[in-house]
Amino acid sequence: MTTDPLLLPPALILIIGAFLLPVTRGWVRSALVLGLPILTLGAIWSVGDGVQISTSFLDYELQVVEGSNLSRLFATVFALMTFAGGLFALNQQRVIELTAAFAYAGSAIGVALAGDLVTVFVFWELMAIGSTLVVWSAGTEAAGKAAMRYALVHLLGGVVLMVGVIAYAQETGSIDFTAMEANSFATWMILIGFLVNTGAPPLSAWLPDAYPEASWSGTVFLSAFTTKTAVYVLLVGFSGAQILIWIGLYMIMYGIIYALLENDMRRILSYSIVNQVGFMVVGAGIGTEMAVNGAAAHAFTHIIYKALLLMSAGSVLHMTGGKRKCTDLGGLFQSMPFTAFAGIIGALAISSFPWTSGFVSKSMTSQAAFDEGMMVTWFLLMAASAGVFLHAGIKFPWFVFFQKDSGLRPKDPPWNMKLAMGLFAFLCIWLGLQPEPLYALLPYPTAYEPYTAAHVYEMLQLLLYSGLAFFVMLPLMKRTLTITLDFDWFYRKLAPAACRILTAVVGRILGGFAALKNKLVTDVISLATEHHNPRGVLARTTPAGVMTLWLVVLLCAYLLLYLFV
Amino acid sequence: MIDVPASDPWLILLVVVPLLAAPLCVLLRGPAGAWSVATAVSWGVLGIAVKLLGDVLERGTLRYRIGGWDAPWGIEYLLDPVGAFVVVIVAAIGAVVLPYAKSSVEKEVRSDRIYLFYAMVLLCLSGLLGIAVTGDAFNLFVFLEVSSLSSYVLISLGRDRRALTAAFRYLIMGTLGATFYIIGVGLMYQMTGTLNIQDLTTIIPAVADTRTVLAALAFLTVGISLKLALFPLHLWLPNAYTFAPSAVTVFLSATATKVSAYVLLRIFFTVFGQVDLFAHFPLQPVLMAMALAAMFLASLTAIWQQNVKRMLAYSSVAQIGYTVLGISLATEAGLSGAIIHLFNHALMKGAAFMAIGAVVYATGAVTLDRLAGMGKRMPFTMAAFVVAGLGLIGMPLTAGFISKWQLITAALESGYWPLAVLILLSSLLAVIYVWRVVEAAYLRPVPANEAWAATDRVPVGMQVPMWVLAGASVYFGTDASFTLELAHTAARALMGGY
Repeated sequence: MTTDPLLLPPALILIIGAFLLPVTRGWVRSALVLGLPILTLGAIWSVGDGVQISTSFLDYELQVVEGSNLSRLFATVFALMTFAGGLFALNQQRVIELTAAFAYAGSAIGVALAGDLVTVFVFWELMAIGSTLVVWSAGTEAAGKAAMRYALVHLLGGVVLMVGVIAYAQETGSIDFTAMEANSFATWMILIGFLVNTGAPPLSAWLPDAYPEASWSGTVFLSAFTTKTAVYVLLVGFSGAQILIWIGLYMIMYGIIYALLENDMRRILSYSIVNQVGFMVVGAGIGTEMAVNGAAAHAFTHIIYKALLLMSAGSVLHMTGGKRKCTDLGGLFQSMPFTAFAGIIGALAISSFPWTSGFVSKSMTSQAAFDEGMMVTWFLLMAASAGVFLHAGIKFPWFVFFQKDSGLRPKDPPWNMKLAMGLFAFLCIWLGLQPEPLYALLPYPTAYEPYTAAHVYEMLQLLLYSGLAFFVMLPLMKRTLTITLDFDWFYRKLAPAACRILTAVVGRILGGFAALKNKLVTDVISLATEHHNPRGVLARTTPAGVMTLWLVVLLCAYLLLYLFV
Repeated sequence: MIDVPASDPWLILLVVVPLLAAPLCVLLRGPAGAWSVATAVSWGVLGIAVKLLGDVLERGTLRYRIGGWDAPWGIEYLLDPVGAFVVVIVAAIGAVVLPYAKSSVEKEVRSDRIYLFYAMVLLCLSGLLGIAVTGDAFNLFVFLEVSSLSSYVLISLGRDRRALTAAFRYLIMGTLGATFYIIGVGLMYQMTGTLNIQDLTTIIPAVADTRTVLAALAFLTVGISLKLALFPLHLWLPNAYTFAPSAVTVFLSATATKVSAYVLLRIFFTVFGQVDLFAHFPLQPVLMAMALAAMFLASLTAIWQQNVKRMLAYSSVAQIGYTVLGISLATEAGLSGAIIHLFNHALMKGAAFMAIGAVVYATGAVTLDRLAGMGKRMPFTMAAFVVAGLGLIGMPLTAGFISKWQLITAALESGYWPLAVLILLSSLLAVIYVWRVVEAAYLRPVPANEAWAATDRVPVGMQVPMWVLAGASVYFGTDASFTLELAHTAARALMGGY
């Protein structure tokens, strides 16, 4: 079965290890939480190129572990993320969350190292279960409901993917996971299945719906794996598919607009995930070596800075006892200097400020668009970069840590949470200053030089002006003494007004659809309830006479069928 | 006949041993003695079944002539790969149910009737195995009645008084179904002059166009559909499964409908094997419509149930839909899907019913509201339920996934891709009804007024069988090469005749 008997699939280390967590206590559990990801990282790096472990399934050969530069890059950052997330969550009392998160992370690594579509699918479904449990283990009623909605979207995606995989196996006689073209029923189904997990339209809403309902530590895990494995499979399977560019651009704009309107700090960051993944999907759509490199590098750095931002938000949530709305927060930098510092580093990185990791990775995608002469795409990407700075770069830290004084005086979180934030903040800066190790991991050799005068100047200018646009409004606000309200106006009235003009037509059509859909849904549900509830016609106890009647009806039907058809 | 086939006495032993052990249980009277006899016999039967499966795979179809009379005159027993697979399913479930039954039955059946319970289980086992090994259409009816009559008694042994009415309704319907079957057999006999299935296969094509034979086919189809609980003839099943003692529900849900599906396969592909039924009649759309109705309507009904046993019963009706869907495709891949699902579903549903039976044993709770917090109070039992539930959904690494995979492959191979999507969509309904149990057991707090907040105090005798089935569901979900190969062999045998 195994090519190398000593090699264990790296995914299994985390998945099996996850089930040891509930039965251990104290320092043993802590050692496991920190040790398992490191062990996994070691295993990932011992995976050479090509198929390493294979086994048979039905009539096919499963390539359970197959190494390549791209898969090792994703697996590496997943393992790194698991380590930091585990460190951050060491004092999370709900052990089921950590168990689920570790199994979830292991499955993500399984996808990254899978060499065939069936293995991808199996780990894909395990991820869906694991992540659902992470959301659900927050234990609130809202989380339970969000988890159910989340699970249904992902299982639906799984359904589509499974049909695609089986149809693909029938069409080509192979389940090998290689580059394909979206030109048949099978490959379209596979593409749609993949896209559901990226948060692509029209199902983008699952992400900001579910992620903020997880616990303060759960969201940190959630932010990393589902969308990034989807980016990975798109890069392997569909790089160069034109349609991805438009889907990606939509996601970028969707994320920005909704994040600007949002008040819940973790929901802002969740919309920002859709936005950032949009950049990577565009990269996959462009499909050149530079673009694939860019998307991969961006995924790597994004996992780190988004986790850092969510750790910072999670610390606030944890230390304030559950305050999550921007309007309830503010001025926390005085009592939580470390958390504020971490949040600012993350915010700078996500805005691709020079000398942070975002700068050395994100600009590669727009450079690729520029190189290909896709000027519209390039322009939209640049405009979106300014939008990112507005919603994630300034809005999150400003409202949570500065702005008005909310009167809250929470302390900085415990040492392990600070250490996790410190580690990722360090990585954000270090990768920004020393991008070479990251570039060395990329799938294609790159000669990209981020720190040219033009690049730095361009970016600083962009950030400066969008920052200016934000703060120019401040004096205006201060005059009215109700800063929050005025900022509300800024985000809630002005931005939608701009959007409304742009999307008036689209919005009306969608609105009509939504009304129709809502009516249909309620009608169907009431109809179903009427017939299927325990007293409904389909479920109540039936007298023998009625059963006999059915028997006779069917007999007549079959007699007609056999004798006269 | 040029070569007289070797007679294999194990075939008759398979049926006779449990048949003779049943009166022994009655003579012994004591619950412990009856249980010991029944368990020992069920294990012995499993041994024989496994041996026979090995022989069939090695040597091909096995035969035994009763009383030494040759085939068309005497009753012949005959075992091909399909029959052998079904025999192993029935015997294996019997062998795990009986250890489980000991404690469960002590709680759920009046102690002065326990010996009757074991006698009836053995009779039922004998009848079900007989159906699978006999090569004679009338003899099949006899075994159908043996298994049915004993299952009416078994259902009526439930403590809930509604068990009596449920059993009575099932008795009426089951008798009608069996009558339809025997009418069908009678009509065929009238035209062909034979009851031997193999003989029927060769003679039927000559008379296939006669109204008598076609009417026979209609009676057979409807009669078996009723025993199979194919929608809309499933109406007897939910009450019967809900109110029967837990061990009976486990046994019947995992075996009785499977054997009926086997009979349907025999009628369509062996008795009428030389007549291409699916080409002559629009049988495919009819069966497919009923299968889809079962998959969706029964799953939806399951979602609204409060009683978990009843919910699982409706889920069974839905799962029968998958089996019939595979049959309706009438291709080798479709039949493989149907056959492997018989096995996989027996494992998953058996485990699920065992888990809920263990909850009933420990707490008496069977409705969703009383299941609140059960995940904390009975962690092992509920974990087994979750494993079984994942199988019902068809999650990868469980047996349900293999069934789903095979059925979808078959649907796509026949060019019905909407069918593939429907199969998967209906599995999402299973997510909802399984989730409702999970939500109650793990999300809701233990009610404060529940005095017995104790942990798992289910006897090992119940835990082990439950985990054997749940574990088997995972095992055959990860390594399906053996079961799938077997299903393919069986499907080939069916498509190619005996």
